[in-house]
Amino acid sequence: MKVPQLLYGQNLSNQQKLFNFFATIGGIFVFIIDYFKYVFIPPFEIEETKKHMADFGIKTLPIVSTMGIIVGFVMALQSYVVLEPLGATDFIPGSLGISILREFAPILTALLFAGRVSSGIGAELGSMRVTEQIDAMEVSGIDPFKFLVVPRVTASTFILPLLTVYVVVISLFGGFIATFLQEQMNVIYFFNSMISYITMGDIFQGMIKTFFFGFAVGIVGSYKGYTTEGGTVGVGISTTSSVVIASLLIIFIDMIMVKLGMM
Amino acid sequence: MSDKIIRIENLSKSFGEKKVLNSVSIDVIEGENLIVFGRSGTGKSVLLKSIVRLLTPDKGKIFFKGKNIFEMKEKELLKTRKQIGFLFQSGALYDSMSVRENLSFPLRKLTNMKKDEINDKIVETLRLVSLEEAIDKMPAELSGGMRKRIGLARTIITEPSVILYDEPTTGLDPITAKEISQLILNLQRKLKTTSVVVTHDLICAEIIADRVIFLKKGEIYMEGKLEEIKESNDSFIKNFFSNKILIESGVNDA
Repeated sequence: MKVPQLLYGQNLSNQQKLFNFFATIGGIFVFIIDYFKYVFIPPFEIEETKKHMADFGIKTLPIVSTMGIIVGFVMALQSYVVLEPLGATDFIPGSLGISILREFAPILTALLFAGRVSSGIGAELGSMRVTEQIDAMEVSGIDPFKFLVVPRVTASTFILPLLTVYVVVISLFGGFIATFLQEQMNVIYFFNSMISYITMGDIFQGMIKTFFFGFAVGIVGSYKGYTTEGGTVGVGISTTSSVVIASLLIIFIDMIMVKLGMM
Repeated sequence: MSDKIIRIENLSKSFGEKKVLNSVSIDVIEGENLIVFGRSGTGKSVLLKSIVRLLTPDKGKIFFKGKNIFEMKEKELLKTRKQIGFLFQSGALYDSMSVRENLSFPLRKLTNMKKDEINDKIVETLRLVSLEEAIDKMPAELSGGMRKRIGLARTIITEPSVILYDEPTTGLDPITAKEISQLILNLQRKLKTTSVVVTHDLICAEIIADRVIFLKKGEIYMEGKLEEIKESNDSFIKNFFSNKILIESGVNDA
């Protein structure tokens, strides 16, 4: 399908900016439709998908590890500040587990993932576009959308949930360290107490949305990179705007999923 | 009568207010080397990109082996593109792949060749462009001339019947430009392909051309054998070839 063309220029009017806003939404929808059109048609580019999954995972692992352990640690300390005067520190593991699982691990991992991966895809595909590498692929009879976009979106969709599981574990570990330092809470007691509060619904609600977040990151990065215009300046714009759009989209999807989950 | 492998009919294309092609009609005869000459911005690359439908014209038709490129469905277009090689000005090598991977990529995707056969074909093709030693290098490690040669190798490896060259010698020193031009001619003779070469390099045209088309302001200005055109008394053509004055309407883009 044809992607709506954005308007370029230094001094765009408000009307033109509004047009670009809707053209971007339209373009993302076209990419989503095209993705589902191509993803079930062989060849499935499994090797490419695996390569990108490893690449995205490794790229993001250090930053999400650091973030995860610190967020868990800080949240446990903050909970302690609130619950200690009430004599309810026993609730720390449960409240920590639920909030990390349902909200903090999925959303924070997704936002960092967007910063690393969406910008990476946008920059890589954008450079390929302006140096005519995508055109070269197209004229040689190979469909660049199928080879470049589909594996990246699939990889992004499936690696983010795995990263989120990892972040949940590492955040809880961070939370345990903080609780242990404050309360000298036993590790078995900490985790038993936490598990008694967590339901399957919490796990389901926390994890299901990460697939949507990963899909959004892949689609937005691919869309911005693939449709880059305007040389190296255009690559810069694609890189930054893919992070901004993907991050906003993640927050928007989160809001909808939480609302749906409460119904 | 010779076969027309590509037929371009009344092709027009504008970008905003600027009309870059204005009702251009060209027949490309099978087996010939056609040079499209012209100054920068006269629509040469637009013409070439329209042939493979990278650009859609405002008006006009392009027929490849009798079929209109712009009426083809996606599948048929991909099939047609496999028969047309395109050498980009920059070479357009895939940066993330080595030379070997750049060359194996179209074979892996478009043919059923086995790994050994692909390897043999890569070595054979690199030998044709005299760059066997570059097989495991990355594109960033190659010079401008080497990138062009590898780009050419990637173009011919799938054995297309027509090859389109977009400024194949631009940005190269005169000796390398001459070598690349000679290489294009040798490959054309060996592989019996049809070539359409867009250029403003006279040396390149002298080596390769069977026939020359001169574009000016998006229209065909002159057409014929290179020798005939060079002997023309037309002042614009004379100036172009003498390389003395490339000033038109007060603008010099030489």
